[in-house]
Amino acid sequence: MELLNQVTQFVISGLATGSIYALIGLSFAIIFNSTGIINFAQGEFVMLGGVLTIFSLNVLHLPLLAAIVVAVAVTTIIGLVFERLAIRPLKNATPLMLIIITIGASILIRGLVMLLWGKDTQALPAFSGTDPISIAGATLLPQHLWIFGVTVLVIIGCRLFFNHTISGKAMRACSFNRRAANLVGISVGRMVLFSFVISAAVGALAGVIIAPLTMTAYDVGVMLGLKGFCAAIMGGMGSGLGTVLGGLILGTLESLGAGLISSGYKDAIAFFILLLILFIRPQGLFKKGETERV
Amino acid sequence: MKSDRIKFLFFALVVLLIPLPLSGGYLTNVLIFVGINSVLALGLNLLLGYAGQISLGQAAFFGLGAYGSGVLTTAYGLNPWLAMIAVALCVAAFAFAIGFPVLRLKGHYLAMATLGVGVIVNIAFNETVDLTGGPSGLSGIPNLSIGSLTFDSDLKNYYLVWVFALGMILLSLNLVNSRFGRGLRAIHDSEVAARVMGVNARLMKVQVFTLSAFMSAIMGSLYCHVMTFISPNSFGFSMSVELLTMVVIGGLGSVYGSILGALLLTLLPEMLRTFQDYDIIVYGLLLITMTIYLPGGLVEGIPALFRLLVPAKKVTEGSDA
Repeated sequence: MELLNQVTQFVISGLATGSIYALIGLSFAIIFNSTGIINFAQGEFVMLGGVLTIFSLNVLHLPLLAAIVVAVAVTTIIGLVFERLAIRPLKNATPLMLIIITIGASILIRGLVMLLWGKDTQALPAFSGTDPISIAGATLLPQHLWIFGVTVLVIIGCRLFFNHTISGKAMRACSFNRRAANLVGISVGRMVLFSFVISAAVGALAGVIIAPLTMTAYDVGVMLGLKGFCAAIMGGMGSGLGTVLGGLILGTLESLGAGLISSGYKDAIAFFILLLILFIRPQGLFKKGETERV
Repeated sequence: MKSDRIKFLFFALVVLLIPLPLSGGYLTNVLIFVGINSVLALGLNLLLGYAGQISLGQAAFFGLGAYGSGVLTTAYGLNPWLAMIAVALCVAAFAFAIGFPVLRLKGHYLAMATLGVGVIVNIAFNETVDLTGGPSGLSGIPNLSIGSLTFDSDLKNYYLVWVFALGMILLSLNLVNSRFGRGLRAIHDSEVAARVMGVNARLMKVQVFTLSAFMSAIMGSLYCHVMTFISPNSFGFSMSVELLTMVVIGGLGSVYGSILGALLLTLLPEMLRTFQDYDIIVYGLLLITMTIYLPGGLVEGIPALFRLLVPAKKVTEGSDA
């Protein structure tokens, strides 16, 4: 019975962090689908969400909700500036150049945050108290509920945006065929900019809601970004249910592995899964194989 | 080819003479790391600049070399030279084995997979405390020695490292001008076209990956004996990114470019020491601006700048002829 309780506990916290990975994975997929770019600075947007909220809360003394809005807005602007200054000037960029540029941006952002706010890890207060709710012998924190709630809302929001608005449909058109999209009068450049903006906002939001649980610092972006990428890969780089499932599976496996095997190897488990999937099913867990075009 | 040989001999001469006026001071110590980083960057450049295959886990092989030698010589008392050879061969075998699945991937996926390997190896350094000392590192690694000559001063270590480095630079120069090197460049331009022309692209990619791992492992062994102390921090993701920066700044697909990049990025933090943590920002800015404005790196940039500064002369020469 003891073990069962423990396992339930691991699964619950795994699902919560898994939701975060799903959100970050979603933010990867949004950019990838309209541009074919994997943004290695994606984790930095997540980090900025958390760090900027703490800054607005503690230094600017804004109320929590306003602090979150400010943090997400500022991160979104940084995403916009990043696309304008680093991605747009590249004409006919090879994947290699894009990887190097986005890595450059990620260490630049990390460095600036470190200089501005130091190396200390900080925690955001939980949104609505820390009284645990007990379910089936395991405890659930109110923050877990916030994470689940926000994740569901963002995913529904994204779905509505991509399927039912003109801009969303235009972005999807770009992802199917940029040239054709251009021919029917869609401004591809603007859609690329849009995708960076939305992706930065989603990433930042993920960073905000996880900050009370895991603490945040200038260097948390790397790991969170990579786990998000892992979730996106598991979902086949789609922006839908696959990524969410990928994130949840990853979070749960990681939490179980950390709890039952060793917490030191937590991150190694995620990367081991990433490698396995890349080697065996690079098209994702839930997608049928596509023939590769040359 | 003859001018290449003269260029290399000149370079080797400069390398061997430089420390003499420095008489083993602080700068000599820095130049040891320039040597180590040069070979690491060169290994990555063979893979990235010539074959067009990215690796974000290069520091892992460096670390495996260092930890392999460190553990075998301290815990098991193995002869350091023997340990170096054994470890380098093991690391090469490891790279060869993982090379087949890893290098089947392309672009972003390849970057992520190599990064994953790098992170897993680094976590292993941190977690296998009994063997590696974990986060607090491994100390008491002996210096290398030949007979009664022990490499225990900066000057001796400088020559030790650079003799190895010069050997590997010469090897790389020969390699990139060989049939193998041409094959790599063909893969870079178009893997499909290279295959059509009869290049065994898959095997060649794994071979160059293995070679770069082998070079990194040897440098790792030297590093651990020079430093006599190692800790996981030196072999993490940031080290891999640093190596990538060296290659990009120096010039993709240029042997001397890697050395230039290593020289610049090893000296830069020393010069920026008064500003401490600023170097990370400088790296980021350098990576972005170089990729956008000077994708050929300094090796192409410096001659271009030269031509820009003295254009008039060239024009008159041309009109005379």
